[in-house]
Amino acid sequence: MRLKAAGVKLGYGERLVVDGLDLGIEAGTVTTIIGPNGCGKSTLLRALGRLLKPQGGEVLLDGKRIDRIPTREVAKILGVLPQAPTAPEGLTVADLVARGRHPHQTWYRHWSSDDEGAVASALDMTGLADLAERPLDELSGGQRQRAWISMALAQGTDLLLLDEPTTFLDLAHQVEVLELVRHLHRQAGRTVVMVLHDLNLAARYADRLVAMRAGKVIAAGTPHEVLTEELLREVFDLDAKVIEDPVAGTPLVVPIGPRSHSAAPPA
Amino acid sequence: MSATAVAPRLHGLGPRRITVLLALVAAVLAAIVLSITIGSKSVPLPDVWHALTAPTGTENDIVIRSLRLPRTALGVLAGVALGVAGALMQGHTRNPLADPGLLGVTQGAAFAMVSSIILLGASSLLAYIWFGLAGALVASVAVFALGMVGGRGGPTPVTLALAGTAVSALLYALTSAIVLLDEQAMDVFRFWQAGSIAARGADVVWQVLPFILAGLVLAMLNAPGLNALSLGEDVARSLGQNIPRTRAVGVAAVTLLSGAAVAACGSLAFVGLIVPHLARSLSGTDHRWLLPYSGLVGAALLLLADVIGRVVAPPGELEVGVVLALLGAPFFVALVRRRKPVRL
Amino acid sequence: MSTLALRVGGMSWRVRPRALAVSLTGLVVLALLMALSMRLGELRMSLADVVAGTFDADSPAHFVIMELRLPRALTGALVGAALALSGAIIQSIARNPLASPEILGVTTGASVTVVAGVVASGSVYGGTSGLLATLGIPALALLGGLIGAAVVYGLAWRRGLDGYRLVLVGIGVAAVFTNIKFWLLTVGDVNDTGRAMVWISGSLNGRGWEHVTPTALALVVLVPLTLLGTRSLDALRFGDDTIAALGVRTNVARALMILAAVLLAAVATASAGPIAFVALSSPQIALRLTRSAQPPLLCSAVVGAVLTSAADLIARTAFSPLELPVGIVTAVLGAPYLIHLIWRSRK
Repeated sequence: MRLKAAGVKLGYGERLVVDGLDLGIEAGTVTTIIGPNGCGKSTLLRALGRLLKPQGGEVLLDGKRIDRIPTREVAKILGVLPQAPTAPEGLTVADLVARGRHPHQTWYRHWSSDDEGAVASALDMTGLADLAERPLDELSGGQRQRAWISMALAQGTDLLLLDEPTTFLDLAHQVEVLELVRHLHRQAGRTVVMVLHDLNLAARYADRLVAMRAGKVIAAGTPHEVLTEELLREVFDLDAKVIEDPVAGTPLVVPIGPRSHSAAPPA
Repeated sequence: MSATAVAPRLHGLGPRRITVLLALVAAVLAAIVLSITIGSKSVPLPDVWHALTAPTGTENDIVIRSLRLPRTALGVLAGVALGVAGALMQGHTRNPLADPGLLGVTQGAAFAMVSSIILLGASSLLAYIWFGLAGALVASVAVFALGMVGGRGGPTPVTLALAGTAVSALLYALTSAIVLLDEQAMDVFRFWQAGSIAARGADVVWQVLPFILAGLVLAMLNAPGLNALSLGEDVARSLGQNIPRTRAVGVAAVTLLSGAAVAACGSLAFVGLIVPHLARSLSGTDHRWLLPYSGLVGAALLLLADVIGRVVAPPGELEVGVVLALLGAPFFVALVRRRKPVRL
Repeated sequence: MSTLALRVGGMSWRVRPRALAVSLTGLVVLALLMALSMRLGELRMSLADVVAGTFDADSPAHFVIMELRLPRALTGALVGAALALSGAIIQSIARNPLASPEILGVTTGASVTVVAGVVASGSVYGGTSGLLATLGIPALALLGGLIGAAVVYGLAWRRGLDGYRLVLVGIGVAAVFTNIKFWLLTVGDVNDTGRAMVWISGSLNGRGWEHVTPTALALVVLVPLTLLGTRSLDALRFGDDTIAALGVRTNVARALMILAAVLLAAVATASAGPIAFVALSSPQIALRLTRSAQPPLLCSAVVGAVLTSAADLIARTAFSPLELPVGIVTAVLGAPYLIHLIWRSRK
């Protein structure tokens, strides 16, 4: 178990979003968290990445409490890409990716050959080597998102947490980003945790799905186990048919409409 | 382009950045030469050399050693300090309106100075400077503490900026009240307010030097952290940056740098407002370059303005702060108009 | 519930109850302050005296109330409202809590012309020539404010107004004006400097009906205009790109809103000097009291009026017969309150 949440209580100020949640992330898997807006999935991801301190319970990284490990050490093991990050205007792709090396640098070691190699391979892996000198704000949405992922890669962690890496992207770019994630997973055996909105893409690109509603995990397992018509009703209040994806063989959700009132009451 | 072709640029040590750095150093050196030679009494270069290497007590030797040298040294120190402090402040607050006085430093110094005049009867320049420094430190710590209170994970930029503005306004009001009641305080205050590096001896230079050096060290240590912070707090934290500590180091650096500069030379805080914008157009957003560039631009500009102030209105002099604003601001405005400004 | 809809016939408005409550409370406090400032002063009066003085022309209190205290109190409230409204507009457009009419060149421009006037004609201002004191200074201030704003506006305009560029140009121009002012203060006689400092700090001393009328007129014309513009203010954004996307009308709307902010600040400054901190703090106080995301315009104006009135009451009575410039007190009152609000919101 690489990453584990045990009885975490999460919230902002006095408002608790997640009240006592357990979740384990296996090494070498791609886990995707799904759930309706406001169910606490981003909050959970932030807590797993120690961006948000739990008000109760604990988050364990490789068996140790994450808040007891120096943040710089955590940064060498685990990379987090928050939702819709912003960069100062004029920052080039190469500069952005180079900043991913931050945890490995000290005041006397500003730019080692390791740094150089990591940045170059991160750029190569994301197919951005040709765009390295371009300012970030001149890129397309998909390229920009790849640049941010590239920064997280340059950080050289084998655990990656991505919060809605496909927001604001068109379908082609969403697939492009997710293919990259799959590639990272298969090539280097990285462990990835993502928050995604698109259920069909989530099913296609994840080993495990975690479905959340109102701060609770309702179901967790393989896409086939989780994405059932019953669960969609329970978690998303959505009446839908689940068929087999003709391309990947994963479950494919075809919505019918909002849940009809005659259905079972919420859990 | 292959990975190796990209690599040299990745060092952050591109040839352009080095060239600009050297050009700025050359500009500062040139400004130093001008500042030592030009004035109400022009000293030829051989005499300058004579005064520096083997002084024999000639009139020129005395002018150079007791007036021009300390003045020039103070100009370099104050320019570097305010330029760097301004860049730090704008980086931490991500606000183009932030100046090094934003933490209450300038008004803290002013308030302590005028209070020392009316309460303790202070009357020497050195005393004013010690009080000014103390006032700057206290005000800045108060602002930071205020920003800290109740917040988890350290003060946010907006809270810091607003708390600083509020404390500054309060101190400025109290200072105004004092100078309106006391003519001697008013007389000191109005000249301090205009800002000057003239008529301060070598002892003043030695007095502020340790503070400025300490501030510069902290500032350079702060640069990588600021780079991380400029990607947003979440990204910075995920890169392993300890945000409260980064902010605290930044505030300490700003306080030392601008506190010392302002106490010695008066309210030149807007040097720190304009200079980083100029430097940013040369360096881009990387603080490891922006900070040294800002320091050098600040020093060159401050010295140049001081030299011009000496010759422009004989037999008197114009205060350096006034000249700097009259020269620097139009240049700054032209720059802003010509190209798309680099946003923070 | 955070908003209520108010519909009369074909018209409808959205009202936020919290903003309404804050505004109404502010108006009540303002009324109390006005009543208090009628009573207090070198001559203390009972409420009955005040009422008599207001309505009975033969009452001994009539002159004090109608010629001294009332116009002064009204000037204070109106000027405070105008400055606060101006600040709220600028902060909304620049999306920057540190922005104030100062970056539009208004207050700094006015300071330069007034200090120049005082320093050049030193004794005239404080001495015998009452005409220059009452008409000369406001006219100079108005002139300087408008020139300052025109310089900033002109320099910042480049195929439209970019909020960010406006702010940067504003910094530059303000630096020039401020330092000219500093220099003028060092040139003059130290007595003139003191007199100029009083004006720079903002003062309501001796303000009469001739100050009330222009400020009131400006508010009557400009407040409805700015409220009409509120909707477009919500849509206003920083960059040229977005403006292009939203169409030219947004650009025109923004230019008009800035113009309104300039006029409000200029008229207020002409009447009472650049009263410190009201324009910057009132919108921020109102924003925190109403818990809204943007500075609420009307509410800011009410807060500004309350702040300035309270400050003037203190400035006038606390150290009587000595009088403080109101601008000193606004900062002493407003700053701790703003600090308190910041502190509370962090918890």
